[in-house]
Amino acid sequence: MLTYRKKFGRDCEKVHELFARVIARRPRVQVMEICGTHTMAIARSGLRSLLPEGLKLISGPGCPVCVTDQSYLDQAVHAARRGGSVTIATYGDMVRVPGRLGSLAEARASGARVEVVYSADQAVELAKRQGDRQVVFLGVGFETTAPGTALAVRRAKQEGVKNFSVLMAHKLLLPVMRALLAAGDVEVDAFLCPGHVSVILGYAAFEEIARDHVRPCVVAGFDPPQVISGILEILRQLADDKPAATTVYPSVSAAGNAKALEAIEDVFVPVDVAWRAMGVVPDSGLALREELAEFDAQRRLGLPEMESYEMPGCRCGDVITGRCSPFDCSLFEAAKCTPRDPVGPCMVSTEGACAAAYKYERK
Amino acid sequence: MTGRLPDAKRQHVPWQRLMDTQHIQMAHGGGGQLTAELIEEIILPALGGPQQAGLLADAAAVAVDGQRAAFTTDSYVVWPLEFPGGDIGKLAVCGTINDLAVCGARPVALSMGLIVQEGLEIALLKRVLASAGRAAAEAQVPIVTGDTKVVGRDALDGIVINTAGIGQLLPQAQLGFERVLSGDRIVLSGPLGEHGLAIMSQRESLSVSAELASDCAALHHVTAALLASLGDEVRFMRDLTRGGLATTVVDLARGAGRDIEIDEEAIPVNRSAWAAAELLGLDLLTVANEGKLVAVVSESSADEAVKIMAGHDVAAQAAVIGTVGSESASQLVEMITRIGGRRVVQMPYGEELPRIC
Repeated sequence: MLTYRKKFGRDCEKVHELFARVIARRPRVQVMEICGTHTMAIARSGLRSLLPEGLKLISGPGCPVCVTDQSYLDQAVHAARRGGSVTIATYGDMVRVPGRLGSLAEARASGARVEVVYSADQAVELAKRQGDRQVVFLGVGFETTAPGTALAVRRAKQEGVKNFSVLMAHKLLLPVMRALLAAGDVEVDAFLCPGHVSVILGYAAFEEIARDHVRPCVVAGFDPPQVISGILEILRQLADDKPAATTVYPSVSAAGNAKALEAIEDVFVPVDVAWRAMGVVPDSGLALREELAEFDAQRRLGLPEMESYEMPGCRCGDVITGRCSPFDCSLFEAAKCTPRDPVGPCMVSTEGACAAAYKYERK
Repeated sequence: MTGRLPDAKRQHVPWQRLMDTQHIQMAHGGGGQLTAELIEEIILPALGGPQQAGLLADAAAVAVDGQRAAFTTDSYVVWPLEFPGGDIGKLAVCGTINDLAVCGARPVALSMGLIVQEGLEIALLKRVLASAGRAAAEAQVPIVTGDTKVVGRDALDGIVINTAGIGQLLPQAQLGFERVLSGDRIVLSGPLGEHGLAIMSQRESLSVSAELASDCAALHHVTAALLASLGDEVRFMRDLTRGGLATTVVDLARGAGRDIEIDEEAIPVNRSAWAAAELLGLDLLTVANEGKLVAVVSESSADEAVKIMAGHDVAAQAAVIGTVGSESASQLVEMITRIGGRRVVQMPYGEELPRIC
């Protein structure tokens, strides 16, 4: 019987064979993954060490924390710190991202209530338990987490949970992919599309990008065998000059998850939002519908607008747009940005490209 | 852009100045780099300085009337207090026994200090203490003295247990970083992450796996058997706790001044723990254990060490997982991954948090 490692080795051989065909016609191949989980799986498995030179895997705007603009983080920390019985309920990744007002972790250390939850629904539960406090859920993430937030808002509405609200930063994947390609300065030959988001969106959602921009868009799951299958499919398409939107991840259908999409549509409307380093991208974010505005934390708490900025010296913006690798950042190279003392979100998030490179690739 | 915060600095200021260095953060207790700094920069200097080598290692060797004894203490906080596979009582007994065991000692007796929150259910306290008593009886290490304090509702959550332990250092035990040589083998006693993931699943009511239970167990019979058979062929032992295998092997590389290579394919796997870690986006190498140990043994005795360990239920899946490399300044730990790639293993920063999606 073939061991896992041998089987994988065979797939890698196929990658090398196909790549030899593809590379004859171009200087190199850059595949962009737009999912923090892919970023992490690639680094943690040491996959790069098995790929041919000239086949580059670069990270795109797929890590929810990393794409979130600093202004949002400052707003959250402001809400946490200003007292008034506010509890911030957030996914763990957000807790340590530094901003001008410090991080949520530091706010917590100096007395603010910041609680880590694993779902929006848990934040509603928290609100029900903490009846005397305002529970603000940080609604961060792509189409994977947005349906959960939508259902939580629906539940809060139905059950009359008056002390639950959402600070919205949900984002949509397709608009940012288009914006990235439109910018024109990033060399992307193909997209390795995220499994989780695509379960919701369906792989057909990428057809337009595959056709208009002539780029393979291949959905893959998260373990290394899935990633290598995705890379093989991309190389096949490049070799045959037939870019298409397809999936190697069996759980993904063409049409996606109608219920989840319906929940998003029912509760949110697309809005122009600011992305880290990309500025405002039209219709790339989600806001609560007007009839649900009472659950908007910004309105309920009267939170001030904050300024957009980058931490000094930090190249997270370039990292998440594939313009540089973590190793090109001087803070990373000089170990001035580390998991211990992170400067930018890509180093904080467990899905960030810098954290992945630092933990698993930096010698 | 209106209504900016009054205290928001307008100009760009270096992040280092914003970082809160004035307060203890949760990550200081996570078993990673911040914990190491807390010990080295704040605790050690105050309590006698680094010249008192071993003062704050897992256990210290002390001489009592010419007899070599091992002495250790550890405080236990865990939430929930009861979890699949154990509870805080069992944890407090097994953890301190293990600290003595990996130093090459035969645990002789334990003390138990209880700090209990006002309002704690007495039935719960009874269960936890019965469990501690059972664990001590099974391990044949009596709890011989103790103390109880009750504190107000806001002072802590539930109960904190401190146990101290004293043990008799076995004459065959010649353990230490300085005894680790290039070519020595690293033996791991079983699969990783069961404790941390059982706790996390329970705490967050994740339905990741019903059958996932903490590995909480006493390991002194395993260490005694290793030392009895292999003597000074055993170079070093450490039980895996917070920070997981990653912290232990990185510590080992630094302590021994050598590179280390481990092979992921050789690491025993608990399917449930593995699936839970995948789901939460956690690196199994960094997740906490409470009943596993790593032993560094000479190359020639590695197979024998595995055989001895595997003869005990708590180490049934023992395996050789790595090799000590040559002396080096970088003291790099690398892992050949399951797929055959190479990656670096680092000490986790602090608490490892599950990912967003």
